[in-house]
Amino acid sequence: MWEKLAITATVFLPLAGAGVMALIPKAKEESAKAVAVVVSLAALLLSLAILAGYDWGSRGLAFEVDVGWIEAIGARYHVGIDGISLPLFVLSYLLTFLCAVYTFQHLEEPGNPRAFLALMLLLQTGMAGTFIAFDLVLFFVFWELVLVPMYFMIGVWGGPQREYAAVKFFLYTLFGSVFMLVAFLALYFQSGERTFDIVRLAELGQAGQFAGTFGRLAFLGVFLGFAIKVPMWPFHTWLPDAHTEAPTVGSVLLAGILLKMGTYGFVRVALPILPEGALAFAPIIAVLAVVAILYGALCCLAQSDLKRLIAFSSVGHMGFVMLGIATLTPTGINAAIFGMVAHGVITGMLFFVAGSVKERYHTRTIGDIGGGMLQVMPRMGSVLGFVAIASLGLPGLAGFWGEVFALLAAFNPAQSLVDAGYLPLFRTLMVLGAVGTVLTAGYFLWMIQRVMMGHAPDRWRDQPLADVSAIEWGSWTPLLVLIFALGLLPFLVFGVTNPDVTAAVSSTFGS
Amino acid sequence: MASDYAWLVPALPAAATAVIFFFGKRMPKQGAEVGIVAIALALALSVAVAVEVFSANVRAVALFEFAHTVVEEATGGGIQLQMPPGMETYVNERAVVLARFDGESGFQAGTRVDGLVAMMFLLVTFVSATVQVYSTGYMRGDPRYTWFFALLSLFTASMLLLVVANNLMMLLVGWELVGLCSYLLIGFWWEDKRNSDAAIKAFLTTKLGDVGLLVGVIALWAQFRTFHIGDLIDAVAAGQAAFGPLDEGLLTFSLVALFLGCVGKSAQFPLHTWLPDAMAGPTPVSALIHAATMVTAGVFLIARLYPLFQASAPALTVIAVVGAVTLFGAGLLATVEDDVKRVLAYSTVSQLGYMVAALAFSYTAGIFHLFTHGFFKALLFLGAGSLIHATHSNNMSDMGGLRKAMPVTFWTFLAGSLALMAIPPLAGFWSKDEILASALQHGGPTGSLVLVLGVLGSMLTAFYMTRALYLVFAGSYRGEGHPHESPPTMAWPLVALAVPAVGIGFVNLPFPAFHPTGFAAWTAFDLSHFVGHAATFVRTLAFGTTLLALAGIWLGRTLYRGAPAPERDPMLRLGAVSRVLVNRYYLDALYHNLIVRPLRDTVAAAAYWLNDHVIDRIVYLAGVSTARVADVTYAYGDQKGIDGAVNGVGVSANWTGGLVKFVQSGNVQLYAGAMFTGVVVLAIAFAAA
Repeated sequence: MWEKLAITATVFLPLAGAGVMALIPKAKEESAKAVAVVVSLAALLLSLAILAGYDWGSRGLAFEVDVGWIEAIGARYHVGIDGISLPLFVLSYLLTFLCAVYTFQHLEEPGNPRAFLALMLLLQTGMAGTFIAFDLVLFFVFWELVLVPMYFMIGVWGGPQREYAAVKFFLYTLFGSVFMLVAFLALYFQSGERTFDIVRLAELGQAGQFAGTFGRLAFLGVFLGFAIKVPMWPFHTWLPDAHTEAPTVGSVLLAGILLKMGTYGFVRVALPILPEGALAFAPIIAVLAVVAILYGALCCLAQSDLKRLIAFSSVGHMGFVMLGIATLTPTGINAAIFGMVAHGVITGMLFFVAGSVKERYHTRTIGDIGGGMLQVMPRMGSVLGFVAIASLGLPGLAGFWGEVFALLAAFNPAQSLVDAGYLPLFRTLMVLGAVGTVLTAGYFLWMIQRVMMGHAPDRWRDQPLADVSAIEWGSWTPLLVLIFALGLLPFLVFGVTNPDVTAAVSSTFGS
Repeated sequence: MASDYAWLVPALPAAATAVIFFFGKRMPKQGAEVGIVAIALALALSVAVAVEVFSANVRAVALFEFAHTVVEEATGGGIQLQMPPGMETYVNERAVVLARFDGESGFQAGTRVDGLVAMMFLLVTFVSATVQVYSTGYMRGDPRYTWFFALLSLFTASMLLLVVANNLMMLLVGWELVGLCSYLLIGFWWEDKRNSDAAIKAFLTTKLGDVGLLVGVIALWAQFRTFHIGDLIDAVAAGQAAFGPLDEGLLTFSLVALFLGCVGKSAQFPLHTWLPDAMAGPTPVSALIHAATMVTAGVFLIARLYPLFQASAPALTVIAVVGAVTLFGAGLLATVEDDVKRVLAYSTVSQLGYMVAALAFSYTAGIFHLFTHGFFKALLFLGAGSLIHATHSNNMSDMGGLRKAMPVTFWTFLAGSLALMAIPPLAGFWSKDEILASALQHGGPTGSLVLVLGVLGSMLTAFYMTRALYLVFAGSYRGEGHPHESPPTMAWPLVALAVPAVGIGFVNLPFPAFHPTGFAAWTAFDLSHFVGHAATFVRTLAFGTTLLALAGIWLGRTLYRGAPAPERDPMLRLGAVSRVLVNRYYLDALYHNLIVRPLRDTVAAAAYWLNDHVIDRIVYLAGVSTARVADVTYAYGDQKGIDGAVNGVGVSANWTGGLVKFVQSGNVQLYAGAMFTGVVVLAIAFAAA
């Protein structure tokens, strides 16, 4: 019973919660916060139950359900979970729950927690659904479902430029999804058996069904959809705007989960179904990834806005993830998934802190903060410093393993890439990516110096700035612990991902 | 037996870090007691490990020599000696697998204890213990006293992790963590921007070197498919890579890349510039991290992988040249500094150059100098801290005449200085002599280079230390207030370090009778190599360098006997030479003006400009122009036809389009236009395919 219901219940519980929100009368809208915490906690516990019931070391789908859905087009309700989905699936529940907790601390104007939290729960269903869908139509529905609540979160609760940012986010992503959808349809027709089933399509793809020009064009279609979502350079310009304008919770979920939908799409859909296209595109993806690493770091050096800086740092970090994927090796893709989880934890945490900093200082401009945060808010400053150092990839903390193994894989890409003569390219990219880690350290340390160190300007010393509150500790502690835990015990992720990654990748591309 | 518990040596200070961090402030001694107890236990365990490992190695050497003699007698020396199976130096490996990627890569946490590690354990725990005791006095009253002790423990734990790691990935973790501690401790007084600048400079410069280290580790993995130090050594010894024979070119590439990491961490030319600036940190930190332990990590790494380096002659040549240039170039810089800590910093750079250069020829010479230098340089830094504590200035121009006022500091500082100058029979004499003798024995261009610069360098060392001694202790006091001797918590560590500074050299007397039971045997990693390279004591060389050192002292005494004020300092009145030296060969200016500033202020700004005005502009224009197209399209009602063809898109389009309209109706056209364009492009593309 639980086996069959687990995923469905976990995915749709937040949606039901969003419905309950609508029933809360306006006069009692504050109680929406408690409802959101309860619902998201219940959902988190369900996801943890799935985690507990998952057989580590196994491969293939667990908790699988495959029933008819839209018979006319052969779309099925095929859901399941494997080692590639599981870490991201659970992370989405954790972050949503922590966001619900954080909302007690702060919710941007115009308030209205009912609507905001209902959207957040709706978003949760979309995010989680993307990670468990094994039917392209279902995948696409969840994928698009995510757009709507995030669009409103940015557009209604965002900063001064919110409308521009929201529309840009929505349209740009949608622009990509259109190509993706056309590619999905093309796969459906080309498959010869009118199926949208991801598992079946992967079998067909690996048997050579989608070869030649068709395969490359189809890859180009899904590539655009996923690359914009990641976002890969040069499709990233929606990201800084969206992040800068989004409310804190929106930024956390955007960075923590939404970006991973793109990289997950590459691992789940693009590579297994279109191996030939992937081989053809891998060098391009790798180049774009390393450009993103270096370029993201340079843009970070030029930032004066704390949140915008973190947004650009995401561009660089996702570059490491994409570099890992582009190697088409088990190591690289394991590293990529580790990188996704680590980035979700670390950058999610960075956006939390950036939100709280803005709440205290009423500014995010580094020059206006003027340094000395360690003097006026020692705990807040320490947390920011710690997370920034985690983000620059310090060994022993979460950010390290994804980066180092992506670089390792880039030095030793898949045999088929080596045979195609790309070894020198990948090795050069690896060295450039490693140089990127120095630049990354550079902008974070410079940020730490300008924000946290030195003497605080008088204007901040005169007014009491509240240090980290109990609610903030509540919503941050799990992430801070995870930053340590993933850094010290990397097998927490690798142990889950490796069997499925190896099964999915080495059979397709060789290693 | 004890070495089975080697993991405890780093684990003890690591646990102390957590305890101090969370509970330190509420403790009677504000957490310092936790750090000191932990390091004392770690020191005791290190001694036990050292006794076990060293005695096992001495036994192995004796057995080997016996076997060697038997074979020689039996064959009349006619055959080359093969190492008898099972007769090896002591290595104790323990590991747990942390993760495995099927058939590809994986990593484990493990310890690999051998003579080198046992020696490093002794050095690190002993110096850390003295520094922590000393810090209870030096840092008294600091508002971040507890944090300071937490960081000292964290540093010690990370350093010991680096030392004991049985694989390069774990070593890398420790390597970066000591770098982080160094950053946090250099910037410990972060209120002052100069300190945080120095901290960032140290972190980024070493991180730049770490790019090489990372590339090197990964390149080694590419060839041998392992991070495991023992497996790497075995594979190179067998001449066997993972998929076929050893690729010497790739091996050399890996090792030179690795060495770049050593250049950064061990402050070798041209990445040495961070170390003098790192003196911005509290002085106990300079003693522990920037003299005795962390900066020797690069030297340690070469020694740890010594069999690999031995297999690559080009890599050894690079090491010799870089070390030789560093030892001499940095020595010159030490002659013009006024800041006593910076004199010692350049001296450290110079001595690290000796160690690195030595490793090109002799494993024992390199690590022996690492060992002795750790004690006497930590002593000198703690002595300098005592001076600074008393005079509230780092500058020798504010000191003078302190011999009477601070007798303990004076005598211990003198002992450390003489050890550094390599005056017999103090520690530095024996280790430096071993380096020069090995260079002489090796011969060839690199041997000659290291020998000549090394001999000249020892004269230079004697000169700049004599200068410092006179400026600080001779003449009359030039600073403010009335300096007096430091409290016992600071004085006793000086005495404790003075003992090894004077006497530790005797563990490795270069005489055949002593050789098989001394330091060389304790730390041996390769018995056959051991026998082939008997103790070398070249009397003329030892005599000659001592004379040169005395000449350096005489020169320093002649010029600085009167402890002249800075404006009359002879070293600052040499015209162009002084200018070049005072400006540190213009390297800092070069890096700042040619790399840091352009990158930070120009390239970064240009990248961001490109972002906003080109990439994002294209996106914007694409959006606007599709909106125009959409207007036209709507007008003629073309959209319906396409909608019918691709039904799914249409459904989704209407649905989401309605949402967009909800907030910003003007953009529906934009969206529809984007949809239209995309669908048409793809429809044509697929039709063509």
